Amino acid sequence: MPKDTSNLTCAIIGASHAGVNLAFSLRREGWEGEILLFDSDPEFPYHRPPLSKTYLTTLEGIEYDVLFPKENYSSDNITLKLGTTITEINREEKTISFADGNSEHYDKLVLATGARPLIPVIEGLNGATNVFTMRTAKDTQEIRKALNQCNEKRVVIIGGGYIGLETAASLRKIGAEVIVLEREERILSRVTSFEMSMFFNELHKQHNVALLTNKNVIAIESSNGMNKVICDDDTSYQAAIIILGVGVKVNTELAAQAGLEISNGIKVNSAAKTNDNDIYAIGDCTYHFNQHYQRFIRLESVQNAVDQAKVAAAAICGKEANYDAIPWFWSDQYDVKLQMVGLSQGYTEVVKRVEINKDRSESVWYFRGDELLAVDAVNNGKAYVLGTRFIRSKQRINKQKLADTTIPIKPTSFL
Amino acid sequence: MAKITFITSDSETKVLEANSGNIMELAVQNKVKGIDGNCGGVCSCATCHVHVQPEYWEKAGEPSELEQDMLEFDDNVSEYSRLSCQIKVSDTIDGIVLKVAK
Repeated sequence: MPKDTSNLTCAIIGASHAGVNLAFSLRREGWEGEILLFDSDPEFPYHRPPLSKTYLTTLEGIEYDVLFPKENYSSDNITLKLGTTITEINREEKTISFADGNSEHYDKLVLATGARPLIPVIEGLNGATNVFTMRTAKDTQEIRKALNQCNEKRVVIIGGGYIGLETAASLRKIGAEVIVLEREERILSRVTSFEMSMFFNELHKQHNVALLTNKNVIAIESSNGMNKVICDDDTSYQAAIIILGVGVKVNTELAAQAGLEISNGIKVNSAAKTNDNDIYAIGDCTYHFNQHYQRFIRLESVQNAVDQAKVAAAAICGKEANYDAIPWFWSDQYDVKLQMVGLSQGYTEVVKRVEINKDRSESVWYFRGDELLAVDAVNNGKAYVLGTRFIRSKQRINKQKLADTTIPIKPTSFL
Repeated sequence: MAKITFITSDSETKVLEANSGNIMELAVQNKVKGIDGNCGGVCSCATCHVHVQPEYWEKAGEPSELEQDMLEFDDNVSEYSRLSCQIKVSDTIDGIVLKVAK
């Protein structure tokens, strides 16, 4: 029997996918005490993935998709404190302190602090005009506002990862002229294979987005509302708007200052617990063990945020909980849906399928030896769903059959 | 106004009414057990799987190719499977009965 929780307080720092789902899961798991949910973002908690997708292309005022409606917070008695920044955790006294000097007691504390955009070191960046990142509702609002005010809708995106490419596709859709500057020799180089990079390269080319690689931005010169973005190969590009999409920095400062174990993120066990028995961490900010791949990882994804939230909620309520998920992700660009499952890192071989009789439907299957590690599926829900099943069950696959596109994708086709 | 009935996997029945949005959103707002809608309704995660009672199948409309692909090899698929984020709430579906998939 779980002990009586009615006099206890669970404080959650971070009210995005992880923190909000944790709050509601706690009630489902039977937590009877107070739930305090904090975030420095003043916006009512919203779905984040559409920031670089549909929110950016909706021509009328942006209507954010809320994670849960307001009434649910009151009916579940979750106290939401937005626009509130926590400055310190005191583990001995079990308190968290706010910027205004006040503090609050906790019995259980959950860190869902996420990550923030990395700001690269570029000469002249601070003085440049209309420089934005892409992480919060405010970012999307400001980009749209700036775009509406510019006569020349010229945008330079620094960084060719998923955020950069989704933003490029969305801005192109609403008529901006877009250049993406990627430092590596191919786009998406940190996150996917050569094959997928080439697919997205071609896709963006067809939509007249200039994807330029081996472009290391070193300086920005700005005058009269225009920026000149200068690369180390002496090329330069005009931009009314600059968007930074060069990765994130994990928000570990609070945890580190409180003496929690940090290693590429806040280190947690399989129940999402830190090295303090009363402090848990979930979502983008955690460095956690993945049981399927048998290694510690950090993930930036909705799946990880929501699944870890459920595990932590159960654990906090004294139930047996064990995080054992196969990671999955998605990206929408133009009319293309990319669905990814598994972790391809360490692959030794890829099998690529381009479906016949189906428009722009591809899949890339990643293997290490005979083990299927991951699948990237483009407009191909079947490959994604079956890939998920095969990875989870460690099904051995006949690669020759898999590569043969005259054989349709079916559960028994490649055995 | 459409009346929508959910039957969860532990046989709990919830009757809800709505004017707009999609079925998944309605279910999440009203804590219908088994419908999560993790991807926010973009047909990416299949955490909003329902079985439409046969007599209402046509009212719910035709699933898209991607939706069919996502469902075809799902362990709990039936002839009447849908992803509820892809069913719009409108007068057309008034009275629909949905069984939440396991």
